[in-house]
Amino acid sequence: MVDVADTMPVADAGHTKRVSFSEKWAWLPVLVIAVCLPFLVSDYRLFQGTLTLNYALVLFGLTILTGYSGQISLGHGAFYALGAYITAILITRFDVPYWATLPVSAVVCLAVGFVFGRPALRLEGHYLALATFALAVATPQFLKHKVLQPYTGGVGGILFTKPEAPFDLPISADAWIYWFTLFVTAILFVIGRNLLKGRIGRALLAIRDHPTAARAMGVDSAFFKSMAFAVSALFAGVAGSLGAISVQFVAPDSFYPLLSIMFLVGAVIGGLHSWWGPLFGAMFLQFIPNITDDMSKSASWAIYGVLMILSVFLMRDGIAGAINRLWGVLRRIAGARA
Amino acid sequence: MQTLIHQIVAGLATGCIYASIALAISMVHQSTHQLNFAQGEMAMFSTFIAWALMQAGLSYFSAFALTVIVSFVLGMLIERFIIRPVGKTSQLSMVVVVIGLLLVCNSSAGWIWGYDVRPFPSPFPDDMRLLGGYVTAHEAGSFCITMAMLIALYLFFRFTPLGLAMRAAAQNPVSSRLVGVRVDLLFGVGWGLAAAIGAVAGITVAHVLFLDVNMMAGAVLYGFAAALVGGIDNPWGAIAGGFLIGVVENLLGAYVVGNDLKLTVALLIIVGVLTFKPAGIFGVQRVRRV
Repeated sequence: MVDVADTMPVADAGHTKRVSFSEKWAWLPVLVIAVCLPFLVSDYRLFQGTLTLNYALVLFGLTILTGYSGQISLGHGAFYALGAYITAILITRFDVPYWATLPVSAVVCLAVGFVFGRPALRLEGHYLALATFALAVATPQFLKHKVLQPYTGGVGGILFTKPEAPFDLPISADAWIYWFTLFVTAILFVIGRNLLKGRIGRALLAIRDHPTAARAMGVDSAFFKSMAFAVSALFAGVAGSLGAISVQFVAPDSFYPLLSIMFLVGAVIGGLHSWWGPLFGAMFLQFIPNITDDMSKSASWAIYGVLMILSVFLMRDGIAGAINRLWGVLRRIAGARA
Repeated sequence: MQTLIHQIVAGLATGCIYASIALAISMVHQSTHQLNFAQGEMAMFSTFIAWALMQAGLSYFSAFALTVIVSFVLGMLIERFIIRPVGKTSQLSMVVVVIGLLLVCNSSAGWIWGYDVRPFPSPFPDDMRLLGGYVTAHEAGSFCITMAMLIALYLFFRFTPLGLAMRAAAQNPVSSRLVGVRVDLLFGVGWGLAAAIGAVAGITVAHVLFLDVNMMAGAVLYGFAAALVGGIDNPWGAIAGGFLIGVVENLLGAYVVGNDLKLTVALLIIVGVLTFKPAGIFGVQRVRRV
């Protein structure tokens, strides 16, 4: 099988290791801060926060696919685009309320992911990566094509109005979209986590670590692998829908092929072995380009590239892994003192 | 009929570039088992070096030769200082590193030489057409340069001790190391050769595409497609894949779907080929013990 399998020890230590109190409840303060964020920062920062949550959702989908199922996808930008376009078209053409477009894009992306995941099963490692990359490359061109132009708006894309807060709540539209995104992201995180903690997650780990043994034990590897692909496509699709709602604009060129690669980069840099990885990865994708841009306008991407390479050199298990190790060291120091 | 021949010849001319890039990709894959997404950007960087040398007053061919040597050394240095420390253990970390390399090449070329599009000279006269008017002198010249490079590579791998050692290192690194082959060094040579091949491709194509930091973006995609269709484990398959993709792309664009969907259809073909022959048309299906 893919070499990925050898590099990843059991990603989900939760089954065997006793989880300490601080690790188990670390999400609570983070969630509280996240909920309070609209009162703390400007609307522009809040918009960035919304985008970070969208990315986190895509990266979580990729973590399921890559961390659990051991498949590499460079094509999740395509599902992101698909979700975004479904939302935009439903809102502008069929007057569907924005929140009702999410289930539609979830179901469509799940189906498309399953259909694409099925033949992709024959491909392993690099070949799968490139076949999915083909999907990402074809997407902008496909969206621009004149047959689809009446629906997709061609190169110009689709523009729609910003959803306002319901029930005349006295909050800004940005804050409302942020909370809406946070709500959806949190729910999907919980669903995904429960999915992976149970039978499905164990089946995927078995397939990743030893495909032959898993098959011998009666795990239907074809079904589980295409399901992993489908579920991760669903996450990307819903994230795309949320992204479209927060930007109120979709155009073919926002879904450039490098976006798909950047998603995988974010997932790896965030850390594939941790539930926190997607969040850190999303922050890297969202905020580091701004920082490097401040450092040097002309060589901003070169610095970004160097940071990416350095992060691989310095943090083998991604940002989440590094923080975990740092936390362990701090606890040992505290323990030695007490 | 005439247009058909013309389309096929034009396809072969672009196929040259795809074949070179595919060969470079396959070369890296043979040595360190990675997909070098930065191959196109490295080639673009080399082309800028050639351009700078020509600005400094060197003739076309001396700039060409010097660039190929510099690229070879740069390729080896990249392997030694960026690729090797990451190790062969993690494919995923490697994707991140290679994408980082891509961004660094692209952005630093723009930083050093600027982002404008500029013309690139060709040693072959522009207004001359050969073979009954089907090809321009530049197309014919690039074809000859590519062919000369491929023949030189073939002779190198087939008849020199270093070439033999490289084939051995690619096929079975462990046993090669045991008989005294310096496998790590040869992997570096593989990267160097790939960078040099990319430089040749970049310099020959720059006259047609014009020189700018994003000039290889399209070509490298087709190069990957070619390597996959031909079989990434087989350099000659990758070259054949390059010519095949060049011709098929041109014919599809001219007769079947038009220019809008050319890329989409080419990519559908790739997915199709991979579904039925996962190792590519000329690839070797590996059987592994479990």
